[in-house]
Amino acid sequence: MNLRPRLIAALAIFVGMALVPPVAAALGDPFLTVIASRMLVFAIAALSLDLILGYGAMVSFGHAAYVGVGAYAVAIGARFGVTDLLAQMALGALMSAAFALVTGAISLRTRGVYFIMITLAFAQMAFFFFVSQSSLGGDDGVALTARSTLLSTDVLESDIAFFYTILAVLVLCYGGLYRLTNARFGRVLTGTRENPLRMQAIGYRPFPYQLTAYVIAACIASVAGVLLANQTEYVSPAYMAWSRSGELIVMLVLGGIGTLTGAMAGALITVGLEHTFAAWSEHWRLGFGLLLVLVVLFSPDGITGLLKRLGVGPRHD
Amino acid sequence: MFNLFVLQLLNGAQFGILLFLVAAGLTLVFGIMDFINLAHGVLYMVGAYLMAMLSALTGSFWGGLLLALPATLVFGLVLEFLVFRRLYDRSHLDQVLATFGLVMILSEGVKIIWGAAPLSVSMPDVLSGSIPLLGPLRYPVYRLAVIAAGLASAVGLWALINHTRAGMLLRAGASNRAMVSALGVDISRLFMLVFAFGAMLAGFAGAIVAPILSVDPGMGESILILTFVVIVIGGVGSIRGAFLAALLVGVVDTVGRTFGPILLRMVMEPAAAAQLGRTLAPMLVYLLMAAVLFYSPTGLFGRKAAR
Repeated sequence: MNLRPRLIAALAIFVGMALVPPVAAALGDPFLTVIASRMLVFAIAALSLDLILGYGAMVSFGHAAYVGVGAYAVAIGARFGVTDLLAQMALGALMSAAFALVTGAISLRTRGVYFIMITLAFAQMAFFFFVSQSSLGGDDGVALTARSTLLSTDVLESDIAFFYTILAVLVLCYGGLYRLTNARFGRVLTGTRENPLRMQAIGYRPFPYQLTAYVIAACIASVAGVLLANQTEYVSPAYMAWSRSGELIVMLVLGGIGTLTGAMAGALITVGLEHTFAAWSEHWRLGFGLLLVLVVLFSPDGITGLLKRLGVGPRHD
Repeated sequence: MFNLFVLQLLNGAQFGILLFLVAAGLTLVFGIMDFINLAHGVLYMVGAYLMAMLSALTGSFWGGLLLALPATLVFGLVLEFLVFRRLYDRSHLDQVLATFGLVMILSEGVKIIWGAAPLSVSMPDVLSGSIPLLGPLRYPVYRLAVIAAGLASAVGLWALINHTRAGMLLRAGASNRAMVSALGVDISRLFMLVFAFGAMLAGFAGAIVAPILSVDPGMGESILILTFVVIVIGGVGSIRGAFLAALLVGVVDTVGRTFGPILLRMVMEPAAAAQLGRTLAPMLVYLLMAAVLFYSPTGLFGRKAAR
């Protein structure tokens, strides 16, 4: 497995993104930094999905629920006077881990189309749970009065400081997941993806590994949710709508699954495309959907195959 | 209180029947082709929109219904021909992506053609009004007609699957696709028919629900996920499972929303009971699903091997 080019590509993404705020300042377009923040937030979410979908071959169609839980951790934390970003991240991760542990344990009893439908249904359950919380704004959601504090300072109110904070979190998540997927844990996970029967034959029970991966992915997604709530300064059940989960999968597959770098690139491309399409027409979803169907239909191995032939997708061992 | 219970039971049955009509086609597609179709919910929506357009065009409910059924059948055939038949051999991930793209196209297309504002369909005169059921209790005729139409479709489906040659091939295809194909049956034509027929059933559900609910672009999404719950509880590929699970989900959801808070009020103070009831009611069907899965991972009537 040739890892070097992927690491270099990831590094290029980090450096390229780090240059966005100065470039935006030079161009006199501060909105560029705002869009770039959004790209980075979704890059974190897509990274976490790659751990279970790319490495674990668990097609979860409910990953946006954990992003949403993270976002609500900000609103709930703020209500009880917990305004520190790190504390809110811990709260979000704790809530997500609990939800993922229970629903993951049930979902992992099944496979194939069942798993896809069940993760979707559980995410919908979380969606309705927050819709019914009238103290948290119900269907409409709540606006946050201010961004979270960081170590008792309000540095995050500056868009640029906030941008670099997200970038730092992204780099940490990437580093952690890179180590994890190359460690024994990751090997067991990919081994199970390739051939579960053989893994069992050599003495590994896949379930604990898959469940652990599922919970870790949920925690990282909730960290993205905490940042998303701060980026938009708004928390709403719409963050965990099922179409959001679909978009996360689109990001991942556009960039190439099972590479981590691809997940980040896919998130940047997708958020970028959405902004470009949305500027053209309010019916941008039509074009986006058409693109999706055509690419899947006319590339023999799906989008990953197309990208592989173009030389940017995952290169399996 | 008893009257309210009967009323909600009937409403639940009516909702369950609708869920069954949508789930029937989808569970066959899942079971026989091992194909995940996220776009099935929008077929229900398209059925409702076609009904709204055609009944306005012909000026009559029956004319609209008569035209909407073949229209959704043709729509299903076209979709199968253009998109789905190319996806059967692909990975689940590709199927998810392509059908997700299709959902985006169709919901946006519907918004472009008919606008985002909800449409309404008027009820036929014969079926408007209500009839007495028990003592002072009255029930809308139209809802009873929906239940009857759904039950008739279920019986028809049962006869089709258990007592015709096509149904026999279908059952054979569900248990061993490769073997049926090896015996000289054109399996791709069978798939096409199953798919188009499922599309028509979903369209039929959309068409008959149009006079009770408003027709809007979001209606396909909400029913899709409940349909998934129905299929998971009933077991992929099982029509009988889908029927029972659909009624169960319909009744639990409808009755739970009304009686959940009432039951809770007996054990706790009213304000807390109201909030907890509001929280629990929409989650009830998902908890039911989790409980069934915990007991049996392939649903109530699923085959033991999920793949």
